[in-house]
Amino acid sequence: MSAMAKTEAAPLYTKAESKNLSFHYGDFKALKNITLPIYEHKVTALIGPSGCGKSTFLRCFNRMHDLYPGTRYDGEIRLYPDDLDVLSKTVDPIEVRMRISMVFQKPNPFPKSIFENVAYGLRVRGENRRVVLDEKVEEALRGAALWDEVKDRLKELAFTLSGGQQQRLCIARALATDPEILLFDEPTSALDPIATGSIEELVSELKKKVSILIVTHNMQQAARVSDYTAYMYIGEVVEFGDTKQIFLRPKNKQTEDYITGRFG
Amino acid sequence: MASPEKIIALRALIAKHKRFDALFAALGILALSIGVFTLAALLLNMAIDGIPRLNADFFTSFPSRKAENAGILSAWVGSMLVMLVTALAAIPLGIASAVYLEEYARRNWLTAIIEINISNLAGVPSIVYGLLALGVFVYALGFGQSILSAGLTLALLILPVIIVATREAIRSIPVGIREAAYGVGATKWQVTSEHIVPYSMPGILTGVIIGLARAIGETAPIITIGALTFIAFLPPSPVGSEFPFLSAEWLKSAFTVMPIQMFNWTSRPEEAFQKNAAAAGLVLVVMTLSMNAAAIWLRYRLRKNLKW
Repeated sequence: MSAMAKTEAAPLYTKAESKNLSFHYGDFKALKNITLPIYEHKVTALIGPSGCGKSTFLRCFNRMHDLYPGTRYDGEIRLYPDDLDVLSKTVDPIEVRMRISMVFQKPNPFPKSIFENVAYGLRVRGENRRVVLDEKVEEALRGAALWDEVKDRLKELAFTLSGGQQQRLCIARALATDPEILLFDEPTSALDPIATGSIEELVSELKKKVSILIVTHNMQQAARVSDYTAYMYIGEVVEFGDTKQIFLRPKNKQTEDYITGRFG
Repeated sequence: MASPEKIIALRALIAKHKRFDALFAALGILALSIGVFTLAALLLNMAIDGIPRLNADFFTSFPSRKAENAGILSAWVGSMLVMLVTALAAIPLGIASAVYLEEYARRNWLTAIIEINISNLAGVPSIVYGLLALGVFVYALGFGQSILSAGLTLALLILPVIIVATREAIRSIPVGIREAAYGVGATKWQVTSEHIVPYSMPGILTGVIIGLARAIGETAPIITIGALTFIAFLPPSPVGSEFPFLSAEWLKSAFTVMPIQMFNWTSRPEEAFQKNAAAAGLVLVVMTLSMNAAAIWLRYRLRKNLKW
């Protein structure tokens, strides 16, 4: 099934989906048979208590675990429309990361200029023409709602920006290469409430262009920004559905306990 | 609530414990001053003997049988050229080894053995390197008793220092930076050459300079491979007036270095030569200290842009 229809005004397409995905750190099974769709131009939030495997699951999508020895994937993650198995041994993780970008928990700009940070993804792809870089960098910075704040200081080091600006810079860096899916791993956990607000607004804006998967430990954030929510517990998806339904009428008792703060 | 007696008892207890603070502080200062005073006395002694000999002629004269005519020209030129060879050989080899071990090598028993050996190599007596070099560079490879052999020998000697410093520097790069680079689709080589090595530069340079500062004072391995103690000529110039303008002849030249020149003079019975040795020692110490100072300064300058 590459596409799914739903009774809404706009048809709902599945951009990617995990099928029976399990993941091991050595002997420890961190994810157990997860099957979950990521819909195109929607925000899907992953919630659940610490250690439930939200970030581990997210990091499967761009094969981040490949960087560390002793990790193993079972099952598949299908990327549409070409039905690519992201986790297949024959698929190069670099190709996957070029199509699926990631924004990390702590802002992690390179110790380079603001411009070079955003341009890096393009340079990696061999793009060194100044005109193209200028245009793409501006577009990405505008997309990340940072352009007006930095347009006069593109040559300054990224560390001169505030924490919230640095995180938007990292979003611009991820956007510059036109990814199909954007992964956010608790992107606001290191930020103050005002910076958090601007990142949340940005996430809602960005779904017009890309499909988004976001891990958050903040349930209000999930309720505010996401269209779909998955509640995870000890490596399993307990409940998945429309965000409104999950928060207003959870079907599972455990989900309800977590959302109402009785558990977690 | 605490009663007045309890508070008095508490204060007495704290005062008793604090006596050990004072005691250790005194012991620490004593221990420290033994080292500092010895070094200061040594330097002072050398300065008193040596400074009168430090004039322009001392730097521009060859050694001589007459102490007042003798200088360190061949020695400091020799030291510089040997250091050049050492740096050119040790820096790329050291960085490449460290980067391979940190970024590319699989974690298995073989890399574990290599890692242990590198740490051990740093503790091997330098004369052993001299013996090795005598067999390999001087005879087997036929480099002779030359600047090339000496430079390569010292390169081997400081290789572990550079490898360890580079690995430390690489490990201090936050994991987030590495993941950010891989995250946009960079290959291992792109991550290594565009992030890991540039961001490790402060640490690498510090290691290189500390290694070179050690190498410049080494005597034993250089004597072992057969440096001469009396050299009244300079190696051929590396730049010539005829095509191809660059020459590697100097690499094959016989040579001497600062510590050997010093050693030669101290073994002479005449008082005047002892003064020459002190002056040469002073020059050598200044060379070493300024290299260390350069390392500190460079590290400070380069770290300013790396905030983590």
